[in-house]
Amino acid sequence: MENQEVAAKLLPKVLILEPPGVFTAFETEFSQKFECLRAWESPIPTDEFLDAHARSVEAMLVSGFTPITSSVLHRVPSLRCIVTTSVGLDHMDLQECRRREIAVANAGNVFSEDVADLAVALLIDVLRRITAADRFVRGEIWPIKGEYPLGSKLGGKRVGIVGLGSIGLDVAKRLEAFGCILSYNSRKKKPSVPFPFYSNACELAANCEVLVICCALTEETHHMINYEVLSALGKEGVVVNIARGGIIDEKELVRCLVQGDIAGAGLDVFENEPEVPRELFGLANVVLSPHRAVFTEESFRDAFELILGNFEAFFSNKPLLSPVMDV
Amino acid sequence: MEKIGVWMTCPMSSYLEEQIDKRFGLFRPWQASSKHDFLRENRNSIRAVVGNTEFGADSELVDSLPNLEIVSTYSVGLDKIDLRKCEERGIRVTNTPDVLTDDVADVAIGLALATMRKICVCDRYVRSGSWKNGNFELTTKFSGKSVGIIGLGRIGSAIAKRAEAFGCPISYNSRSEKSHTNYKYYSNVIDLAQNSQILIVACCLTEETRHIVNREVINALGPKGVIVNIGRGPLIDEPELVSALLEGRLGGAGLDVFENEPVVPKELFGLENVVLLPHVGSDSVETCRAMADLVIRNLEAYFHNKPLLTPVI
Repeated sequence: MENQEVAAKLLPKVLILEPPGVFTAFETEFSQKFECLRAWESPIPTDEFLDAHARSVEAMLVSGFTPITSSVLHRVPSLRCIVTTSVGLDHMDLQECRRREIAVANAGNVFSEDVADLAVALLIDVLRRITAADRFVRGEIWPIKGEYPLGSKLGGKRVGIVGLGSIGLDVAKRLEAFGCILSYNSRKKKPSVPFPFYSNACELAANCEVLVICCALTEETHHMINYEVLSALGKEGVVVNIARGGIIDEKELVRCLVQGDIAGAGLDVFENEPEVPRELFGLANVVLSPHRAVFTEESFRDAFELILGNFEAFFSNKPLLSPVMDV
Repeated sequence: MEKIGVWMTCPMSSYLEEQIDKRFGLFRPWQASSKHDFLRENRNSIRAVVGNTEFGADSELVDSLPNLEIVSTYSVGLDKIDLRKCEERGIRVTNTPDVLTDDVADVAIGLALATMRKICVCDRYVRSGSWKNGNFELTTKFSGKSVGIIGLGRIGSAIAKRAEAFGCPISYNSRSEKSHTNYKYYSNVIDLAQNSQILIVACCLTEETRHIVNREVINALGPKGVIVNIGRGPLIDEPELVSALLEGRLGGAGLDVFENEPVVPKELFGLENVVLLPHVGSDSVETCRAMADLVIRNLEAYFHNKPLLTPVI
C-alpha cells in the first residue's frame, strides 16, 4: 500500500476539474501513469482547491464541457500544457493560453470518422424517415395504418458542407457514394477540392437542398446559420448539425421547422445543452441526438491513446501529438 | 377501341392508379364489396395485372384470368409471382429494376448506421426530456467494419459502393463469383458471416434462398455482429433471429422486411439493438414515381407491340 502511494507521488501530475468521459472510461489505466488531481471530488470549492493543490501543476486534462477561462488559468500559474478530449476549442480562452505560453492539444482527427458517420446517419434518417418509421412499427401502427409516408431520395440532392476540415471532408467522401452533389463553404477556398466553393453560407444554401454543418464555433461562425441562410435553403431544405449548437440561430431554426419553412433537421448539438427546445419533440421530421457523435467504443479508445501520447510527449519534452497551437 | 382491362391487386400508388385509369380500364378489387365476385364478373376483360410485394400474380389469380397477357409488377422482387405458370401460358412479366436500387441501398446503410450508433434510442432519449450532461452510452463505430453482402446484384453492388466510402472492407456470397469485382468471395454464407461484422441480406427470394440466414449463420456472425435485411423477410429464419437477439448471440439487427408483414415479432419492440422499418426500402417520392412510370411504360409498350423495357420473361 505504502509503496503504491509513494510510486503514485512520483508520477507526473495532471489536474482534472471535471472528468471527461474518456477519462472515466479508462481511469484505471490513466491513473497508473499519472497522478490525477481530482478537483471535482474535493468538498472545497474549485478556486480554493486550485489555490491549495495546483500551484505547481504543469498539465491539465479537460473535456469540451468545462470552460477554461482566464480566471481558471490564473489559478494554475505553472500550467504549461492543456489536453482537451474534444476537437472543439470554443470552451477555451485560447488567447490567454497563448499569452501564458500554454501548449494546447485536442482530439485531432480521432473522431472525424465517427462524427462524419453520424452526420450521414442523421441525413439518411431525416430524408428516409428511419427513426419515425421505427416508432411507427414499434407502436404497432403498421398493421392498422398500412402505408407509411414517403421519404425523399438522397441521390441527386445538392449537399452544402459548411466547413471543410477533416470532418467535412469525411462527410463529403461518404455522401459522394450516395450520389449527392457536393459543394462547400469554408474560410478559404481549397484549391485541391474538386467541388464548387461558395464564399458565404447564404449563397451555399441558395444552391443546395441540404446543409451539413461541420465547422468550428468561433465569433465569426456564431449564428452563421440564421434566418437569411434558412430562407435561402428553402422549404425542401434539410439541416444537419454535428458541430456546435451556437453556429445555428436555434430559435429561428425551430420556428422554420414548426412552420414548415424548411423540411427537416438532424441535430446532435444544441445552443444550451442539455436543454433542447420542446417544440422539436412533437415533430416527425427531426432527429435528435444528445451530443454523442464521438461516443463509440472505438473513438474512446483512440482518443485515450492520443491523450496518453500527448501527456507522455509533454512530460518527456517531446512535441505534442495533436497540437492546436504550439508556443 | 375497347379499354384494356388492368387488374391492380391492391392500392400501391395513387399516381399509378390515375395514370392506368387514364390510359386503360383500371379494376380496383379492394373497392368492391366482394373481391371474389368482382373477379368473377370481370375476369374475361383483364389482360394485364399490376401487383406489388404484398399481393402479386400468384397461381390462383393467374388461373382466374383466362385472357391475361402481361404482369407488370410494381417491385423488383418477383417472389409474389408464379413465374412458372406465367411462362407456361406465355404471359409476359416486367418488374422495376434499377430505378429503386439507390433508395434500397441507402436504407441498407441507414439501417446499419441507425442500429450500430443507436440513433433511434438517442432520439427517444432526447425526446423523453431526460438528457443530462455527462450521461452517455458508448455505441459501435460503423466506419472500417467488415461488411458481408449476401447477393451481389444491382442492390448488393450499390450497397458495397456506399460501404466502401466508409472504409469498410467488402466480401460477399452470391450464386456465382463475380469476375468484375475485387471484393472477396465466399462460396458459403456461414464463412461469409464468420468473416464479417455486418451481414447485409440483399439477394432475391427463391426456393433456394429461403432461410438462407439460419441459426448457423447467425451464430457465425456472433454477439458483436449486426444483420441488415432489405431483401425479403423469409430470407432470414425469423424465430431464430429473434431468439438470437434475445439471448445476446447476435449484436443487433436492422430490418426493413419480415416474414409476415405487417406482423413484426413483438419481442423485438423492447430491444435497443434493433431498428424496424415497415418495408420502405424504395419509398421515396422520386423513386415511387419512377417505378410507377416504368410500370406504365411497360404496359404501353406491350399494348402497342413495342419491346418491353424491363422484361423478366
